[in-house]
Amino acid sequence: MKVIVDEAKCCGAGQCVLIAPEVFDQRDEDGIVVLLEPEPAEDQHTAVREAAAVCPAAAIQLEGDDA
Amino acid sequence: MSVDEQVLSYPIPNDAALDPPAEWAELRARCPVAHVTLPSGDRATLLTRYEDVKQVLADPRFTRQLNAPDAARLSADGGGVFSSEMATIIPDSGEEHQRWRRLVGKWFTAKRMNAMRPAMIRIAEDLIDDMVKRGAPGDLRAGLGFPLPVYVICDMLGVPAADRDRFSYWSDTLLNLTRYGKAEIEAAQAEFFQYMSDLVAGKRADPGDDLLSELITAGGPEDGGLSDIQILVTGMALLVAGHETTANMIGKLVSMLLADRSRWERLLADPSLIRTTVEESLRFDANSGFGLPRYLNAETEVSGAVLPRGTTVVCSMAAANRDETAFENAGEMDLTRSPNPHLAFGSGAHSCLGQALARTELQVVLEVLLRRLPTLELAVPVEELERVEGLAVGGLREVPVRW
Ligand code: HEM
Ligand code: SF4
Repeated sequence: MKVIVDEAKCCGAGQCVLIAPEVFDQRDEDGIVVLLEPEPAEDQHTAVREAAAVCPAAAIQLEGDDA
Repeated sequence: MSVDEQVLSYPIPNDAALDPPAEWAELRARCPVAHVTLPSGDRATLLTRYEDVKQVLADPRFTRQLNAPDAARLSADGGGVFSSEMATIIPDSGEEHQRWRRLVGKWFTAKRMNAMRPAMIRIAEDLIDDMVKRGAPGDLRAGLGFPLPVYVICDMLGVPAADRDRFSYWSDTLLNLTRYGKAEIEAAQAEFFQYMSDLVAGKRADPGDDLLSELITAGGPEDGGLSDIQILVTGMALLVAGHETTANMIGKLVSMLLADRSRWERLLADPSLIRTTVEESLRFDANSGFGLPRYLNAETEVSGAVLPRGTTVVCSMAAANRDETAFENAGEMDLTRSPNPHLAFGSGAHSCLGQALARTELQVVLEVLLRRLPTLELAVPVEELERVEGLAVGGLREVPVRW
């Protein structure tokens, strides 16, 4: 699974960080998403899928995810 | 009754405190782009399907310029706080809006919220102690739901604890335009404005570790920051945007769980469900208020219907959140539902800036209540819960509980 985030779309809601803190963070200066782990380990996949599904700005894309 | 042969009045009248009106399902299935009449008598277009609401809220052609000459008025006496002069001081679209959001947004990151959690827990515990001291039955809305969000915002803004209750009163008068007289409202607004001006001046002289100080030290507009008046209005706007919404949601969350006490018991047995339960209560809330109005500045199409430029649409997030095509068993409250991409906080560039805060507050309230008052139950039958009057935000007048 490959994760791609779009900083321009991100509205800083922090949902991704609340759900998958090992994969996502937010910049201290403006709350915009920071991708910590572009290719997260297997045990993170469920959380990452949830984060992508609920991101209010549709700023998280997943590639090569078959589930 | 068939909804597509007549012009429906909006909001749709509904007496049940927690259940949706029957019209929602019919509208979604047969009339997703419906003509409605608002309390002002003006016409608008109501959207109830999940995909439509989500798409429209994120589409910049659907603007928040509800003061356009041909935009529908919501109520005959104007739109209350939404259309007031205050609302125009904060940029509401485009790059300027994004800049404002990013300046303020740094205070609403998930990390900050986690750091604020212990203070929120303390606030919740103190308020619950007071409720217990007063004895059962008590009103959870007045005792916990209403004060908690104000106290938390006061902490963020750097308002001293001794002034919290004045803050609460000002917030209440700003929001409850029907409960207070005109003179009282104007006096409260003037006092509040003066208080905030003094607060901002004080922080400029002696900055602390709070949101207002941070906005001040970021510099003025020439340095990419905000002007004093924008800082002041931002502080007031955060209070207004975050108080009533969260306060009411606390009451509704607890009521939904106690209305079917097996839900409460399930959480007692497994508190790890608190996070998904909070999300599900936001989705399931059939009494979330008016929804979001938007003014269309270019002709477009939604669910096959052409909407002319100048249309005012109302997005019912609550109806969309019950859409069976988006949520399996949408009519069931499922405390484990995940993912739960509900629209209670809107969608897109304007989606709720305070959502991480609201989520944290709701999680903390639930966690502390489960721990401190495990025997909590409604003190009246569910049918006796009453909705609050008023247009913008839905809630319950009282949440009588015992323990
Ligand atoms: C359960 C509680 C809450 C609910 C249901 C809620 C809901 C919403 C919704 C639906 C919007 C979108 C408005 C639009 O698109 O026009 C919004 C915007 C906003 N909310 Fe919340 N909100 C809640 C709590 C809070 C809190 C606690 C704060 C901050 C203290 C807050 C601050 C804001 C702000 C500043 C905006 C405007 C964002 C912008 O224009 O970019 N909200 N809220
Ligand atoms: S959930 Fe989406 S909008 Fe929110 S911080 Fe993460 S990427 Fe940005």
